[in-house]
This record gives sequence, structure tokens and C-alpha cells, in this order.
Amino acid sequence: MNLTRNKLLKAPTGIQGFDEITGGGLPQGRPTLVCGGAGCGKTLFSMEFLVKGAMEFNEPGVFIAFEETEPELTTNVSSLGYDLDDLVARKLLVLDHVHVERSEIEETGEYDLEGLFIRLNSAIDSVNAKRLVLDTVESLFAGLPNEAVLRAELRRLFRWLKDKGVTVVITGEKGDGTYTRHGLEEYVSDCVIVLDHRVVDQTSTRRLRVVKYRGSAHGTNEYPFLIDSSGISVLPITSLGLDHEVSLERLSSGVAELDEMLGGYGYFRGSSVLVSGTAGTGKSSLASHLVQTSCSRGEKVVYFSFEESPRQIVRNMKSIGIDLEPYVAAGLLKFHSTRPTFYGLEMHLTSMYKEIKDFKPSVVIVDPLNSFVTGDNQQEARAVSMRLIDFLKMNKITGFFTSLTIGGSAVESTDIFISSLIDTWILLRDIESGGERNRGIYILKSRGMAHSNQIREFLLTNNGIKLEKVYVGLEGVLTGSSRAAQESKENAELELLQQEIEQKKYSIERKRRALQAQIEALTAGFEAEEAEIIKKLESENALLERYHSNREIMGKSRGFSGKTK
Amino acid sequence: MKKEPITPLFSTDDFEKWANRTDGERFILRLYVTGSTPQSVRAIQNIQKICEENLHGNYNLEIINLYENPELAKSEQIIAAPTLVKQLPLPLRRIIGDLSNSDKVLVGLGLRIVDNND
Repeated sequence: MNLTRNKLLKAPTGIQGFDEITGGGLPQGRPTLVCGGAGCGKTLFSMEFLVKGAMEFNEPGVFIAFEETEPELTTNVSSLGYDLDDLVARKLLVLDHVHVERSEIEETGEYDLEGLFIRLNSAIDSVNAKRLVLDTVESLFAGLPNEAVLRAELRRLFRWLKDKGVTVVITGEKGDGTYTRHGLEEYVSDCVIVLDHRVVDQTSTRRLRVVKYRGSAHGTNEYPFLIDSSGISVLPITSLGLDHEVSLERLSSGVAELDEMLGGYGYFRGSSVLVSGTAGTGKSSLASHLVQTSCSRGEKVVYFSFEESPRQIVRNMKSIGIDLEPYVAAGLLKFHSTRPTFYGLEMHLTSMYKEIKDFKPSVVIVDPLNSFVTGDNQQEARAVSMRLIDFLKMNKITGFFTSLTIGGSAVESTDIFISSLIDTWILLRDIESGGERNRGIYILKSRGMAHSNQIREFLLTNNGIKLEKVYVGLEGVLTGSSRAAQESKENAELELLQQEIEQKKYSIERKRRALQAQIEALTAGFEAEEAEIIKKLESENALLERYHSNREIMGKSRGFSGKTK
Repeated sequence: MKKEPITPLFSTDDFEKWANRTDGERFILRLYVTGSTPQSVRAIQNIQKICEENLHGNYNLEIINLYENPELAKSEQIIAAPTLVKQLPLPLRRIIGDLSNSDKVLVGLGLRIVDNND
């Protein structure tokens, strides 16, 4: 019958992430085996498949429960917000508990499972169901004595269900070395999904794997999944590509001087920013600046904190003049604080995905990113971080990560080796000199923008982070009191120089004045001399005059003797 | 096939008395069949024979075609066909198969005691 079909049709499950892995959902009109150990989420998976089918895809479903009664089922899934009674009343769902009690059954000859077929048929027809769940059909093996009949009938059952065109999910308990205890995979060959619940390093992680999907490409990895108040969410990894769009828009870091260092405008929107540094270098403070500036523009921010509680962060940031409380109250800022050891890495990632998907922030802070590393799980931690960064980039969310560098280890490295995935890497470091520890900031790299190569000292003041001017001398960057000393030294030198200039100016003035005085004295001397000479001349002239007049008088008296001369 | 040890309810003498009583509890039996398949037909013939031989009229036998009453499959918890349900006397028993093994049917109906050494 499938030969006439060109393409395998798929029935979307509506389970977050699962349809991405399988390229659309479960094979439509065919049976799918969902198997796993106790408590791995088989029943929930199949129930969500039915409920989502009924509510979102208009495909009514039938749930045949071999282990739980209808009221039990209804109660169990009501915690996920599924109202089965309502769906049953709206003729979107049929619940049927098949009770097989070995002690009540006596086998007395040939038989078949036509009763079950009739039951299924009637249930399917009553709501025109497109989906069917058998949870778990293996109970029949315990209830019916003749396994040979049962196997033959199961084969017939799956054939019949295929012909009926319903999409079937069969659950099966994991057996020893086989997918199911009674080898159901033998009958269901179209699609096999294995659920797993594993404890590694005392933290448990649920994983899902598509073992087989006939006629369709599918992700073959183990995907972690999460069961929480809204059901199952699977975390796809392979669906992430490297084809995300990039933005040219800039996003202020909240510190004007840092923006200047980053080509004048700050980070790129949608880029990933890593701030690494040793303890107490101000990583969270830098994060809070970004939070403040983003929230004040009305953008949403999610702050994932793995070491501090929200209240602690709010209190601590108040000390540097950043009040985050109003943003929390306004619903712009959401804290998400969990201990790294609370659950497994994938669980963290899944819960972060969920939070991000639900809250739709434009900035995500992870403080610190490397708290995931516990023991030997560096590889996993790297994978998780990579997936988170990819996810954020895909959604054009700016990611701001802090990374704690362990004292003594190489500063320009992160212990989860994600530096190559980071667009902008800011390094905060302690600068020890002159008996002090001071904070220095520099940009190790910033892709796609001109950025400062300076090491700047930065101060945590009552009004947030301030970047100081740099004093780079022979000894390197001067910070703290050395910088202050250098500053005053330079000031003193300047003053001295100024004094010298003043002095020189003064001495010239004095010389000029001395010269002036000399000139004046000489002029005065000259004038005195001149006056004397004039006086002398006058008196000599007067003498000469008198002489002449005397001669005239004498001449007259001598009788014109003078005139005769 | 494994034999289940069943605790005897009655002694043989008691049983004879009990089986022949006229005022006692009647056997309420329902046989669910699926149309007229060979198995169904055999089951009907077998149960009629067994009842007549062993219950001496002290029984109600109802034969139900599941195709005509599919909703009964759900309410009566039927999965195998044919299934004979002994509703009374208690305990409730489901006897599956074409009832050709009359010894087993009698055991299922509580009319015969299983001998452990059998």
C-alpha cells in the first residue's frame, strides 16, 4: 500500500523539539515503538502525542491503557495541564483500560484476539480517531497463556492498524539487551524511539534517541529531554546550523568608556560576549551594567545565575549604584537561579531553552558559564555551551557569559574551551603591583569591529564601573596608588617646570628693568653734562660778547682805532 | 500448559448435592463470540453441551456476538474471542478459547477440582 505513496507523510507530535529531530513527527498511518526503562516517560510521551494531536492538529486519538485505569491516567497527566475528561467529553479522545488478569483467565482451546480488535475498532470509529496509543501492549504477555497465539495476533494487529491508517504509538518496557522485553520491535519496524533515564555523576538526565525511522532521515544522536510542568521538551542539536543571520546593530555595554573601547558603540546585537577573569574582578558587575542599560531601553533580559540567588545579586549590585529591582518588578528582567548540580547539563540547557523560548529576551546573561564543569565533564560542558551559544545566535539574542578563571591558570583560556565561539572576549584581570591588587580590563578580541588595544584600569565606584586613563610606563600599566603616585609625580614635575618658566620670565623682566635703569641713568648723566656744557657755552659766549664790547669801548676811547684795522 | 493448583471449594459429595439443587444460585454465563467463525461455532456447541451435561438446567447462558455489540467488549473487558464469562457464582472467571477442552472448562466454572498430581 505504501508503494503508491511518493513521500512518507508525518504526523506532528507537537512535542517541543521532537518534530525537529524527526523532520515532522512520527510516520503517519504506521506504528511507532517507544521503549525504555521504568519511569523514562513512555506513557507521558504517548499521552502528549495524543493530547497535542487532539488539541493542535485536530486529530482525535484513542489511548488503550493496559496498566493504568482511566481515572489514574486522568489524574497523572492533570499535573501537566491536560484535561482528559474535557477531551473525552468533546469526543477528541477515548480512554480505554484493558484489564487482563491472569488469575481470572482459563484457556480452553483455540482463540484469537478478535475481542481486542473489535474494541479498538469501536473506539477508533467512535471519535474517528487518527492516532492510537497502546500502553503497553506487553502486558498481554503476562495475561495470556499462549504466547504463540499472542505473537501471531500482534502481527495481525499491527497489519490491521496500518490498513486502518491510524498513527500508532506502542510503548514497551526495555528488556535485557533488547529494546523491549518481549521483542515488540520485531513487529514494529517503521520507527523505534528509545527513551532513557540515566544517572551520571549523581545527576540524572533523560535522553531520547531515534533508533530507526524507515523511509525518513532523522537525527541519530541522543537528545536530552525534559519533563516539566508543560510536558516533554526535547533538545535538538543537529537542527542547528551555521546559517544564522547577523546584525550590524550595536548594543551598548552600559559603560561609556567600554563602548569607546569597542569601536565606540559597544557589542554587536546577537553576538556572544565572554567576560573572563579571576574571582572578584567585576564580571557580574559588568553583566549588571548590560542588564541595566538593556532594561532601561525596555528590552527583556534573562539572567541565569548559577552561584548567587536573585536577591543576592540585586543587593550586591545596589552597592555599585545599579538597582535591578524595578526591572524585575516591571517584568523586564527575569532571574533564573539554579545550582549547577541541581540536575544534569542537558537538563540545564533544556530548561534554559525553555526559559528563553517562553520569555523571549533580547539579552541573556549566564553567570558563570563554566560552573557547569564539575569533574571530568569538560567535553560535555563544551558541547552544552556551544549549543547554548548557537541557540542564542539563531534567535538573535545577545549572549553575555562570564567565566571564572581559576587563579594561577592561564588567563587567556577558559576551562570549557569555548573561546573560539565567542565574538567579543573581554578580559578582566588583577594587576598586582606596589602591594595592591587592582582591576584591569582589556579586549582580547572583538570580531568585526575596531577595538582598543589598551589595558585600562577599572574601578567599581558607587556609580558603577569607571574606566580610568591608562598610565603605561616602563613597568607596564600603573594602577591604584602607583597610578596616583605617577599622577602626582607628573603634576609636581609640571609645577616645577611652570615655576621655572615663571622664574625665567621674571629674570628677563628684571634684566630689562636693569637695562632700562641703566639707560635712564646714562641719559640723566648725559643730560646733566649737556646742561653744564650749555651753561658753560652760554657763559663763554657771554664772555666773548663782553670782550667784543670792551674792545669797542676801548676803540672808541682810542679813537676808532678798531675801525681802522 | 501449566496447571494452576486450585484450592477445592467442595467435597465431591457436597458438589453432587449442590449441583443438583433447584433453589440454589444459578450459573450466569455469557459467551462472547465473533460472528460465525469456526471457533465461535465450536465454542457455542461446546458450551451448550457442557451446560446440559453438568448444570442440569440451573443456568442462564447468553451468547453475544461482539460484532453486533462492540461496546460490550470494552465494558466486559473482552480481548480474546471466544470468551466465556462466568458472572455468577463468584468469583468471576473468563474462560477463553473454543471450549473444546471440557475438563478445563469445568475447572474454570468451578465444577471440577484440579488434582495437583494430575
